Amino acid sequence: MLQRFFRKYDTTDIVMWLIGAALAVIVIYGAARTLAVGKYSSDVWRDFIIFGLAQGSVYALIALGYTLVYGILFMINFAHGEVFTGGVFTAYFVAVALANSGFSDEHWILSLLILLAVAVVVSMSVAVLLERIAYRPLRNAPRLVPLITAIGASFFLQYTYRGLYGSGVKTYPDIKQLSGTWVFFGIRILRTQAVVIVASVVLMVGLYIYVQRTKAGKAMRAVAEDKEAAALMGIDVDRVIVNTFALGGALAGAAGILYAMLFKQVNAFMGFIPGIKAFTAAVLGGIGNVPGAMLGGLFLGIVESLGPSLVLDGLGIRSPYQLKDAIAFLMLVLVLIFRPTGILGERLSEKKA
Amino acid sequence: MALLELENVHSYYGNIHALKGISLTVEEGEVVTLIGANGAGKSTTLKTISGILQPRQGVVRLEGRNLTEYKAHEIVSQGVIQVPEGRRIFSRLSVRENLEMGAFTRKDTAGIKADMEKVFTLFPRLLERENQVAGTLSGGEQQMLATGRGLMARPRILLMDEPSMGLAPVLVDLIFDTIKELNEEGMTILLVEQNALLALDVADRGYVLETGTIVLAGSAKELRENPQVKEAYLGG
Ligand SMILES: Nc1ncnc2c1ncn2[C@@H]1O[C@H](COP(=O)(O)OP(=O)(O)O)[C@@H](O)[C@H]1O
Ligand SMILES: [Mg+2]
Repeated sequence: MLQRFFRKYDTTDIVMWLIGAALAVIVIYGAARTLAVGKYSSDVWRDFIIFGLAQGSVYALIALGYTLVYGILFMINFAHGEVFTGGVFTAYFVAVALANSGFSDEHWILSLLILLAVAVVVSMSVAVLLERIAYRPLRNAPRLVPLITAIGASFFLQYTYRGLYGSGVKTYPDIKQLSGTWVFFGIRILRTQAVVIVASVVLMVGLYIYVQRTKAGKAMRAVAEDKEAAALMGIDVDRVIVNTFALGGALAGAAGILYAMLFKQVNAFMGFIPGIKAFTAAVLGGIGNVPGAMLGGLFLGIVESLGPSLVLDGLGIRSPYQLKDAIAFLMLVLVLIFRPTGILGERLSEKKA
Repeated sequence: MALLELENVHSYYGNIHALKGISLTVEEGEVVTLIGANGAGKSTTLKTISGILQPRQGVVRLEGRNLTEYKAHEIVSQGVIQVPEGRRIFSRLSVRENLEMGAFTRKDTAGIKADMEKVFTLFPRLLERENQVAGTLSGGEQQMLATGRGLMARPRILLMDEPSMGLAPVLVDLIFDTIKELNEEGMTILLVEQNALLALDVADRGYVLETGTIVLAGSAKELRENPQVKEAYLGG
């Protein structure tokens, strides 16, 4: 009986299960303890979830850039975090100018739209230049080469931003109309978080319609599947690839402005952590899968927001909130080990360039 | 002037000299077949016409225009479309979306709609599966879809690479009947086949390819009766 069991599953499988089971026990135990103690009210839990949704939708928008590019080129654009930084950091200076002139006090919506436009255009340009200069010449190189180039490009961009915009942390001016809360259906929500969630949903629905319904979106899916066959149908594959980078860049630019609404602070290296978290979200949802990236982002955002108080607090950890980044990266490792296909996706290694 | 003309075309894969000076012509309204064993260079010839491969020497002309100056995607708007070997349909797109991709270079919405209806009349099975993901189609249906997708470009010439490959005899008959039907309506077709018997049955003329060189050319009747062709390709 036991022998047959061991023949069927090798030791690695069993060790993995044990690790998985142990983690599950720890999570359940921590959550049960927290809830038993009753330290947080249901209002607080609800706020955690709403904040999780807000930051998760920012992750989701960035994750879409990873997933779109991966879907087409089977390459992880590790400089995507810096595509994000470029837009939001550049828009910071515009935000300050608008605030100082008093314009944003009077026309806060128009002012936000201007910032959005600036961030989108800058991030889009960075993404397109990256493709043109760094990745296109390496299109037929072994897969490790563009990956290393992406890491190099990421550092190049970080230090370029630092050189151009300075090394300090800068704080976005507040929008006074967005301080305080709104009440929707009896639920009190911070205004900034409400705007972030609504804007993200609009962008994600828009992207989904673009990919599914428009001719350009269909061509993008055709190129993702078979570049040669797409070219044989008259599709300009290079142009579709540029469009894909531009689209991912635009979403990252928009994500930057939403990020600034939630967290206020910007600096030259700010893209690194949200970049890796968005990458985690993309892998979680199944890299290359558009709805997967959206779900993965929201899921990660909520886990990160709830996890410290729900699980770590119950385990008696002193400052659980300091560990929220660790939770995100633990999730990345766990997903890669237990379900590299992600929630909805295909295997990372299954498709070849 | 021939509709399509290849003159002394040499193509390479790296250092592999795959086409060693191919010359052939296809006249408007003809079905011309290119037969030859596996690895002879049939697909390479079509890839060169379609611009997937650049010939190192020689020219490809469509109505006198030099096609080698165009990129692969531009050649489609010049009027050449390929139904590639192994179908290469977009398996995650729906049947309808695949047909739309065939019409990618076109802007005439009304014409596209009319042609889509024509394809559905030609292959009613595709209409039944219109909104289904193409990957779920059977091999025969996929060949119908690949053919229909090619027709959606409203080409001057249709290049078909081994449409009979891997299909049950009934479906092979259906595809070849369609080729005849299309030709009767005026479509010009360059048909690549390993199944020489079938190909020579629908073709007006043919070329025999061996290791990158054309070794025989003639009318379909001449080739059918040629002892060498009989021996090598028609099973004696
Ligand atoms: N992508 C490729 N890379 C290298 N050699 C190739 C490639 N495709 C085909 N070949 C070689 O070119 C020759 C002709 O191939 P092909 O045109 O596919 O033959 P056919 O279609 O007649 O079966 C063969 O020797 C084949 O091995
Ligand atoms: Mg072939």
